[in-house]
Amino acid sequence: MKLRRTMLYVPGNNAGMMKDAHIYRSDSVMFDLEDSVSLNEKDTARFLVFNALTTLDYGGIETVVRINGLDSPYGREDIRAMVRARPNVIRLPKTETAQDIKDVEELIEEEEKACGYEVGTIKLMAAIEGPLGVLNAYEIALASTRMIGIALGAEDYVTSMKTKRSPEGVEILFARSMILNAARAAGIYAIDTVYADVNNEEGFLDEVKLIHQLGFDGKSVITPRQIQPVHDIFCPTNKEIDHALKVLEVIKEAESKQSGVISLNGKMVDKPIVERAERVLEMAKASGINIDELEDDYNE
Amino acid sequence: MSKNAIGREIPEELDGVKLTPFDGAVKHTPLVRQDKGNRQLPRLNKLVDTIEQAVIKSGLQDGMTISFHHHFRSGDYIVNMVMDVISRMGIKDLTIAASSLMAHHDELIGHIENGTVTQLITSGLRGKLAKFVSAGKMGKPVLFHSHGGRARAIEVGQIKIDVAFLGVPSCDVYGNANGYTGPSACGSLGYAMVDAKHSETVVLITDFLADYPNTPFSIDQDLVDIIVKVDAVGDPKKISTGATRITQNPRDLLIARNAADFIVASPYFEDGFSMQTGSGGASLATTRFLTEQMEKKNITASWALGGITSQMVKMHEAGLIKKMLDIQTFDQDSIESIAKNRLHTEIDASYYANPLNKGCAVNKLNVVILSALEIDLNFNVNVLTGSDGVIMGASGGHSDTAIGSGLSVIVAPLVRGRTSTVTENVLTVITPGESVDVFVSDRGIAINPRRKDLIEHFKKVHLPFSTMEELLEKAERLVGKPDSIEFTDRIVGLVEYRDGTIIDVVRQVKALD
Amino acid sequence: MKIVKTGMAGSLESSDVLITVDSNPGKGRNVNLNSIVKRQYGKQILKVVDETLEQLSVKDAKIRLEDKGALDCTIRARLEAAVYRAAGSESYPWENLT
Repeated sequence: MKLRRTMLYVPGNNAGMMKDAHIYRSDSVMFDLEDSVSLNEKDTARFLVFNALTTLDYGGIETVVRINGLDSPYGREDIRAMVRARPNVIRLPKTETAQDIKDVEELIEEEEKACGYEVGTIKLMAAIEGPLGVLNAYEIALASTRMIGIALGAEDYVTSMKTKRSPEGVEILFARSMILNAARAAGIYAIDTVYADVNNEEGFLDEVKLIHQLGFDGKSVITPRQIQPVHDIFCPTNKEIDHALKVLEVIKEAESKQSGVISLNGKMVDKPIVERAERVLEMAKASGINIDELEDDYNE
Repeated sequence: MSKNAIGREIPEELDGVKLTPFDGAVKHTPLVRQDKGNRQLPRLNKLVDTIEQAVIKSGLQDGMTISFHHHFRSGDYIVNMVMDVISRMGIKDLTIAASSLMAHHDELIGHIENGTVTQLITSGLRGKLAKFVSAGKMGKPVLFHSHGGRARAIEVGQIKIDVAFLGVPSCDVYGNANGYTGPSACGSLGYAMVDAKHSETVVLITDFLADYPNTPFSIDQDLVDIIVKVDAVGDPKKISTGATRITQNPRDLLIARNAADFIVASPYFEDGFSMQTGSGGASLATTRFLTEQMEKKNITASWALGGITSQMVKMHEAGLIKKMLDIQTFDQDSIESIAKNRLHTEIDASYYANPLNKGCAVNKLNVVILSALEIDLNFNVNVLTGSDGVIMGASGGHSDTAIGSGLSVIVAPLVRGRTSTVTENVLTVITPGESVDVFVSDRGIAINPRRKDLIEHFKKVHLPFSTMEELLEKAERLVGKPDSIEFTDRIVGLVEYRDGTIIDVVRQVKALD
Repeated sequence: MKIVKTGMAGSLESSDVLITVDSNPGKGRNVNLNSIVKRQYGKQILKVVDETLEQLSVKDAKIRLEDKGALDCTIRARLEAAVYRAAGSESYPWENLT
């Protein structure tokens, strides 16, 4: 299972950060050519990200580039450069319709063919940042087989909604739910919006707990300091892992005895419970917990 | 038999031991007032009006050795103030033995050029003065010592200080001085205490004359010859900040987290352990993550050594550290703590780290966290010269604590700008690799292969371990292999190990075309 | 490529380099390097500059680098950007740069 708990923003024109982007162990790094780059540095940022991606070793961490929209003078050149720089994923900002994705895909395919690369290697992600995009979330999620996820961009969204962000996030609950539901229906990842107040650790933790409970796969983060807290919250607790191990144990037992109804502590163990247990263990393994050791303990 | 001054018969000799007859109450004690009455001032008034009078009274002559301490850090006025006077008086060929020198002491360049100063003995050099020395512009090589090594050298008389010029935040008219009273408070006077005990003549310079007796005192009246009151001994804003804040630099935090994870998983993290941290960003930040783990696992430290900062004080006040031994106090919070807290004890440099006394504190240390400019494949550490070969740092307590402690943890980013911290051979060895146990960076952790016990212990622990060779390769893949720095044959610095042997030399850096 | 005006790219931040490219008609390449790591990487930096200019077919240019410890890939990126700016060109042959 590919984890996308954290996607670290790296401003595309920052040479220092370009070099260290991956050492903070986020699940993905996202080089930004869009909003963090001023209009008169669009060209230099493109050169910098291009050279970084073609030269530096990011240690297997997923690389994402957020390009400028095709409605800007930079989007097409971004695609030309980035297809050749070969990040894992290209992220399109401010996606409103499925057509936006199809337009980008067409350009990517053109460049892939021109370079002699296998068509379809570069994946796509869409950031949904407005009311129309939210309503079209499902179509956007299904717009291309390259799509691996959709993300909420809340800052623009709340402005369009004539409100502003609150700590509780009630104003973006609909958008979050729509995007999450669309992602699940399409079988791709759902990534939550950034939390801008970098020094408010408590507020950040509350928000991460909320989106974890909602079911999001992860969150875009704007400083390395936000990475570990997200991973901690997404990491299953020992109790959850323990329970998951027991579930799988009774399943195994039942299979060997070919018995019908399976139960654990008096509760029926059915398919969703097994699936959840499997997911808990996968997440635990991915979070660096040594399940085999835990299993040994359990067997003793 | 003869009669003494009060008419008693005293034998001249008894059982072969010569006896001196009493000769009056004040005959042999020049410091005691001969006339009874007002005792506001002692018989011998130690106070003089100016630095110049102090220098004259001290009997300072050409060729002598004078000393300074660095408790006022970048806020120190004493070195420049005193040297300015001495230079104008035309005294030549002096050796300065300072516990350390800071960047703003570059005024010494003028005094070196005019012959006032011909040798420097110090823990470190920075800024223009360091560049000046590295460029081969000083006649005699600088002798670099560790804090413990300096105390040793002074105690055994290897460094013989003729006149110590010691700035103190407060003292009374008789010379009782401490570091936490007065507007220029700096906390512990640990380095100065050694000079006060062992110098031929001790001059105290203060900007705060306290009522007698200025208790508690760190420097005792019986050691002090001369006292000068000046307007200011330093800039309080630069002597200490309010509270040392934990860095927000994500890379330092990452290193600190790795270091804390390592320490927590090590056999040294047990109830009652002792520790010291450096004042660098990552080193200091380690305390933050250690605090979390100590609280979670219900572990307390019996004591902390060092370099005390507000982080340590906070941990102490939260019950996580029982006692603190303080050689140097870094911020306002810690200064207030040492002033009022009985469990926060001032120690001198010999008590701290002198390898030849009957027991120094570093020997009792379990864990120390230290920084590095460079570390090599043999785990030798350089904290003195930059990657360009130019002097820029200080030996400090690095080698003292590394060998004294059970677990010495070196923390540093693997790469700074385009410079790799890990090198094949460090340019200058301050701390020998045999005393270094582990290197913790942002891109991996390397345990010294000599520590087979640690390697065995950590086999089952999931941390980003590498060998030093792998880290070097990783760094060079990123920054490329640097050209060797070109030096001339001229030796500009001798690096003394804490026991007085010479562990390395610093050579003059060849000028760029 | 022909340099027609002054082109600048990069910054003086740590790990970056500020590169200025100027025209130098008929006089070849004139490279002036200032670097905090000149002793360790001066030759390597000049080599990267040379290779990059070669790749971009820049024959005559005055290049000034104020380097704050940039990696080779950063130097290349800044130089490419500065050259394109100095050449007044807005179409980039990415295929030649890979």
